[in-house]
This record gives sequence, structure tokens and C-alpha cells, in this order.
Amino acid sequence: MTERFQVAVVGAGPAGLTAAVHAAAGGLSVVLIDAGARPGGQYWRHRGPALGTDERAGHHDWRAFAALCDALQAHVEAGRVHYLARAQVALLQPGQPFLMHLTPATGDAPAVPDVVAATDLILCPGGYDRQLPVPGWDLPGVMAAGGVQALLTGSRTLPGKRAVIAGTGPFLLPVAAGFAAAGGEVVAVCEANSPLRWARQAHRAAQAPGKGREALGYLTTFARHKIPYRPRTVLTRVLGDSEVGGAVLAKVDPTGRVVPGTSREVEADLVAFGWGFTPSLELLLAVGAKTRLDADGSLVVAVDADQATSVPRVRAAGEATGVGGAALARLEGELAARSLVADATGKPLRARALRRRIRRLRTFAQAMHAAHPIPASWAQWLTDDTLVCRCEEVPVAAVRNATGNLGATDPRTVRSLTRVGMGWCQGRICASACARLVAGLTNGALTADALQATSSRAFAAPLELSRVARLDAPSTPEDA
Amino acid sequence: MSTVTVTFAGRTMRARDGQSVAAALTAAGVRSWRTTRRGARPRGLFCGIGACFDCLLTIDGRPAQRACLVPVRDGMILGETGGD
Amino acid sequence: MSLPPCDVAVVGAGAVGAACAYFAASAGHRVTVVDRGAIASGTSSACEGNILVSDKEAGPELDLALYSLQVWLTDLAEYGELWEFEAKGGLVVAATERGFAAASELIARHRARGINVEDVDATGLRDLEPHLNPAIAAGAYYPQDAQVQPMLLVAHLLRLARERGARVLTEAEVTGFRRERDRVVGVRTSRGDLAAGAVVNAAGTWAGEVARLAGVSVPVLPRRGFVLVTEPLPVTVRHKVYAAEYVSDVASSDEALQSSPVVEGTPAGTILIGATRERTGFDRAFSPAAVARLARGALALFPVLASVHVMRSYLGFRPYCPDHLPIIGPDPRAPGLWHACGHEGAGIGLSVGTGSLLAQALSADATALDLAPFAPDRFAEDR
Repeated sequence: MTERFQVAVVGAGPAGLTAAVHAAAGGLSVVLIDAGARPGGQYWRHRGPALGTDERAGHHDWRAFAALCDALQAHVEAGRVHYLARAQVALLQPGQPFLMHLTPATGDAPAVPDVVAATDLILCPGGYDRQLPVPGWDLPGVMAAGGVQALLTGSRTLPGKRAVIAGTGPFLLPVAAGFAAAGGEVVAVCEANSPLRWARQAHRAAQAPGKGREALGYLTTFARHKIPYRPRTVLTRVLGDSEVGGAVLAKVDPTGRVVPGTSREVEADLVAFGWGFTPSLELLLAVGAKTRLDADGSLVVAVDADQATSVPRVRAAGEATGVGGAALARLEGELAARSLVADATGKPLRARALRRRIRRLRTFAQAMHAAHPIPASWAQWLTDDTLVCRCEEVPVAAVRNATGNLGATDPRTVRSLTRVGMGWCQGRICASACARLVAGLTNGALTADALQATSSRAFAAPLELSRVARLDAPSTPEDA
Repeated sequence: MSTVTVTFAGRTMRARDGQSVAAALTAAGVRSWRTTRRGARPRGLFCGIGACFDCLLTIDGRPAQRACLVPVRDGMILGETGGD
Repeated sequence: MSLPPCDVAVVGAGAVGAACAYFAASAGHRVTVVDRGAIASGTSSACEGNILVSDKEAGPELDLALYSLQVWLTDLAEYGELWEFEAKGGLVVAATERGFAAASELIARHRARGINVEDVDATGLRDLEPHLNPAIAAGAYYPQDAQVQPMLLVAHLLRLARERGARVLTEAEVTGFRRERDRVVGVRTSRGDLAAGAVVNAAGTWAGEVARLAGVSVPVLPRRGFVLVTEPLPVTVRHKVYAAEYVSDVASSDEALQSSPVVEGTPAGTILIGATRERTGFDRAFSPAAVARLARGALALFPVLASVHVMRSYLGFRPYCPDHLPIIGPDPRAPGLWHACGHEGAGIGLSVGTGSLLAQALSADATALDLAPFAPDRFAEDR
């Protein structure tokens, strides 16, 4: 028997947690499905009670999070929310009801129901670090900035002693500050763009004055820890044989081209790359939602003023609709849930103020994206043997051969010819960079279609064959 | 803050209850725990949040587990057969 | 707007079209290949790369397969590494006595045709495939079965064709045919008009649409198939292994979901699990029912795969004809129009034989095989 809910919320980060709480408060039966052991997603990652005190360290909006967790707990205890932690939606089957085929998030996690059903969906799958290949990026000791952050906030673990944090965007700041606060030495924060780009976006940046306070906070931390912040600087090569030993840094001009003669080597044992984020879209693509290319070049799902996607009864909130941070994600989660409740109950939705705040934060996010583009000349630091696909160990040379010798003009064909994106991660790490590379090699533009072709994954998570064999087990949905 | 004991490649190591396996290994100075199929290159943690599948490790006899997602448990055996 | 004229216009840059282009260009024809999408963007990008004799019914189908095998092994021998040609051999097993009895009849016909088939008993099965379900007690080994990587095949055949003077135009959709009286003299495409001495319809599952534009009908219909791809593993399955029931599935015209297990390893370490056949039109919706059947079938052959992870699945539309034979040769209803399509689930294996034969016919040479059984106008409605 399959339990059927009025709404399934996928993801318990800022967007999903907020959506679940509001949907339950509105009287709907909710199933909340999340891969993590605790709510909070990536943003509100916290150490469990076992790992020590001072949960507040490094966390913004902590009071809001605590309140949401309390509210969730109350709804769970009252039976309004069925909370499935450590569970992944491996397969999302469209139809009425929607069927979510679940699997435990890890092999040791407890069993979860094979299938849950829901009439409506609010998908808040979040995002993960975008990556660009750099020579030596496959050495142990190179991590995504988000991964370093997860270690610091999740268990106060220092993944190295001397770090270079490189890429672009405001996320480099808290990672550097957190690393220093935990006792590590930050050799440099390399920001590919220039703070002056913000000035040009000032009118949009002003939409979110809180962010200005936040930035000042980081500058203070940087000064205290003597963290060198280097604008218009990129990391062009990671040095080392079997692990990170250092890095080559270079200055770039306003177009992102390396300025000759400015390269220098630094010693480091940790390199953290942050090039912004990209949403996890496979569940949204599985139901056929329309996507678009956002200002940061990430593929995102298109939503209307009620957070509705192009698919009836499917709403989305958070990074999936466009990378914009946790505050925006919470507001979108609230709007998605309240608009669904309004539909379900027939009561009018009063959300003008909410929508206004969402618009402001989206404007700010666009300003941030405009100020932190991936440098147009990023591919300049690639060598023929730089790995494009880490899983299948496919070098740049193979991609160049595919577009040159073998006549491929689109990322999907390149994937089929070179195996880029055909390993365990199914292109999550490499596909967008490969699409950019292919666009550059073929003098084409980066399009939503090109990105979508390599973002669809029927299996949103790997499934054991014995579990696949049960995918057609009969299931009669029964109301929860 | 309680500690647990885990075994990795024949080595006993302490970990903090609640840490991920990957965090525990990292804290113990272990930066790579598998090698790639084609180039036999060392790999360990990369994305840290379960997206990249670089950190795969056999945990308690279960192959291909994402070490960054699995919480340590007292007595956990990390790696093939726990000792080799 | 006119494209430069050619001798042979090939519609479709999949495996069959690429093979036609290569052999026609090698024979000295000026060839232009047009495809409405990217190269191999149709069924060829969703294949396993089978080159089988073991599943072919005796008759024209088997003759074509044997001829094609010769082409792989002789004309194209020097390029084998480019497309990862692997003479891995195929192992047909039967889970049931009845299944094996049916297979035995086909095996006898294969032997009569001179195909190498080795009976394999339980001990032999363990030697060939140590992880095979111990409950399976008998099988037949076909050393002549082989595998290639289909995308590399298409890409390299087209590259070799280009080196022989061919042109390849992608994103060029055929929108009509140019006729002079009743003779086909070229095609209209979204990138311009292409005058051609001959037009080859190698549009695979969409060959019927292309033929319609030329005013003729070829009854090519889609037969959907899913494939599961596992995580990369150390060598677990050494040959192509399939259940004897597979043969009857191929030959069936049943509309409903048919599934019979085919399992093989790949150089990349992944294991491919096929095969389902359904007549659902061009429906691309994922089918949990189909893949669940695939999984159960694979587990029946290799129980050890139970905890192996499936990373992805893909689907494709096999182009099939009612009599399960492809369509190869000149179309008497439209002089100047030729067909090379309708290869169902054997397109990769039969592609090079088809291309070779078609090039012979285009050059007005005697063809190594009689093409009459593959005639475009053989279907009832044309009689």
C-alpha cells in the first residue's frame, strides 16, 4: 500500500523546510523527503547534538532556523507532516498522483517506503557548487568551496592547513572566514572579478541592504586574520604529485585574460574552488518542467509569480528557480506553500508583501550574478591533459578531438563520443563546464537546450539492481 | 563530545560521533582512499556533499558508499575487508 | 539557396547512413550526408553496439549478417580499434528446457549455414561466465558475435567518408524531394536545395516520413527499447550473454512489452542490460515497468548483480518492418530514390554490410548478396 499525501515537499533546506511548515499550517497533509539526517540542507548544516556546543557559530538567521525546526517538530508530532529523512527520490513518476520511488540516501540508512504518492509537488532540490576544470584539479586536497564549508560547519573539521580559495562570488568570503576561524591559514582568496563590478550594480545591490552589513562583517574577519583578498586573480594550475602542494595564481585583465608576467606560485595543501552554484534539476526535468538559462549561466527551472512551474501541480522553490541564497529560498518556499494552500482551500492568497520581498532579493541576486561572471577566457588555463570529466578521467584533448576531428557540435554528442558525464556522477560535476567548452570550441552559444540535454537523469540517484527490479511492484495509493 | 573507534586499512582511528566518514578520515590526515580505474590516480573528498561520487569507499562491507554522507559508527570498518 | 550538387545524397547520419556514405565515397561517388540533427542523434546513439549472428533467423537476415560480419573483419579490419570492435563472442543460455529446445532448432539451422557454434555444458558455462546463475545448465557459444561502440563507429565512418571527399551537413532537415518527371533528382533541406544523382533514405526510424515526402511508402515503425547502465565494475560479464527467449522476442510482432535479458560488459567497465521491445509509437516517457523487467531478467542470469547500482537508463526506437527484414536497394516506384533502413535491433551490426551492398548497387555492380528480399516495394500494399 502506498501512502498518498496532498503534497510532497522534496528537500528540507531553507526552501523545503519553510514550504513544509507552511503547507502543514495550511491544513494539507505533507510528506517531507530529504537526503540529510537533519533539516537545514546545505545552508543550515549543523553539527548534531553529539558534536559539541555553540551551534550558532557561523550561522545566519539561526533564530529563524530554530523556529522552523520547532514548527516542523510540532507538525510531525501532530501527524500533519510525515518526515522521511535520509531518503532520496530515485525516480519521480509523473501522473496523478505523482509517484516518488524512494531509496535510503546511504547504504546504512534505515529502510524507507518504496513509494509515496502525492497530488501536488513542491520541489526544493537545492544546488551544488559549479565547477571548472583546472590543471591539477583532480589531486586530493582540491575541493569544492561548498565541501570545505560542509566540513567546517558540519563537524568543525579542517581539511588542510594552508588554503587557497579561488573562483568568484560572495561565497568565497564565508568559506575563507570559516577556515581561518577554525585555525587554518588562508594563503589567498582569489576573486576572478573586481569589486568595482559591484559598483556598477549598486542600484540593484541596494535592494538588499542586509547584504552590505554582511560583506562588512567579512572584511572585518579578513582584516583580523590577515586574509589576503586578491581581486582579478585566478588560480591557473594546482601543483603536486599525489596531493596538493601549491598553486599558480595569476592576475587577469577586465576581460578575464591572464596578464602575462603576473603568475606566481604559492604553497598550499588545500585548494577550494567556488564558481557559484547550479541547481539539481533532475526531478524537475523528470516531470517535464520548462527550464531557462539564468543570468549566471546556470540552467534553472522557470516559475511564475506563485512559484508554479510549467507542469500543473508542480511548484518549485529555492536555488532551483535561480541561485539567490537562503533568504530568498525561504520566501519562495513560503510562497509556494501558501499559493498551494490557497488553491486547495479556495481561500484567497494575500502575498503582495511576500512577492515584493522576493522580487527585491531576486534583483539583488541578478546583480550578484552580473558582478561575478565566469571569465569568458576561463578555458585559457586548460591543457590537453587537464581532466574535464573526473569520473571517467576524460581529458580536454578528447573533447577537442570530438569537436574537431569527429565533427561533434553539441554537448550531448560530445558526451556520447568521449564518455564525459557518463560516470558515477552522471555529469553533475562536469557537464556544464563541458557545455561551455564545447560552445567555445564550436563558436556556439551556451544555450538552455544544450545544458538540458545533459541534465536529464531518469534515475536521480543510483539504485541497486534488486531495487530496480521492484519498481513496478503494485502500489495502490491510500490517503495518509 | 563523544568519540568512536573505526578501522581503516588496518589502522584504528578515533572519530567524533556524528562526523561523516570522510570528515573522520580527513581529520586523521587521510586525504585519499581510492584510486581511479584508468589512471590509478588517488581520490578522496571533492564536492563534500554527495554530488561528485569521488569519495566512494567500502563501508562495513558495502561497496561504493559516499563517505561524505555516511556518519561514523563505533566499530565501523572502512575499506575492503577492513584490513587490507 | 543551393548546396553544391552531389552524386549521392544520404539522408540520415546514423550508423547505416554513415556506412553508405563511407562505401559510396570510397567507390568514387561525390557524397553529401544530411541529417536534421547532430550525427548519430537518432537511434544510433541509443544502441548497445551488437554485431550478432546468433540471433538471426536463417534466410536473408542471416545472409546479410554474415556478409556484414565479413565486411567488419576484412574491409574495415584496420579501423577496428577506432570504434572499439571487440570479438567477444555471444553466449545463448536457456533458463528452461523449453527455451533451450526452441533455441536448439535455430542453432541447428545456424550450424547448417556454417556458423561456428559450440555447445556448452554446465562446467563450460562456469568457465565462460563464472558469475552466471548456477541454475542455468546449458548454452551455446557463438565466437563470431562481436560488439562495437556505436557513436565512435558513426563518427569515424563519417570522418573517413569526409577524407574521401564526402560532405556532412547536420541541422539540415529534408523538407521535400526534387523530381524531374518521375525521377528523383535531389532533396530540399532547411539549409538549401541539394541536387543529387541518387538519394539514399537512411533515416532509420523516421524513414517512413522521408519516404512519404518522396511520394512512396515504406512501413518502418518504432519499437521502443530501454537499456540499463550499471556502475563501472571489474570484469564481471565477459561475453554478450542472453537468454534464448530473446530470439523469439526479436521475431515477434507483439505490441505489448516484451522483455528478454541481454547482459554484457563494456570497455568502460559498465554493464549494459537490455532488452525490451514495445510498440508505443515515439513515446519517450520513462517506463518503470520496462526497466523493472530488465532488472529481473538480468538478475535471473547474474544473481551477483543484485547490489550493483544502476546509474542511468536510456531508450531508443528501433526501426522495424512487418517482416523483420530491412529495406535495402533502389525504389522502382521512384527512380533515383534508394533505401537503406528498417534494421530494427540489428542496425549497428548490419550497417556496414548494408553500406557496402548499397554502394555496389549504386555503382551498378552486381551486389554480393541478392537484394530482392529487401526490396522497398515488397509489402502487401504495393502488390
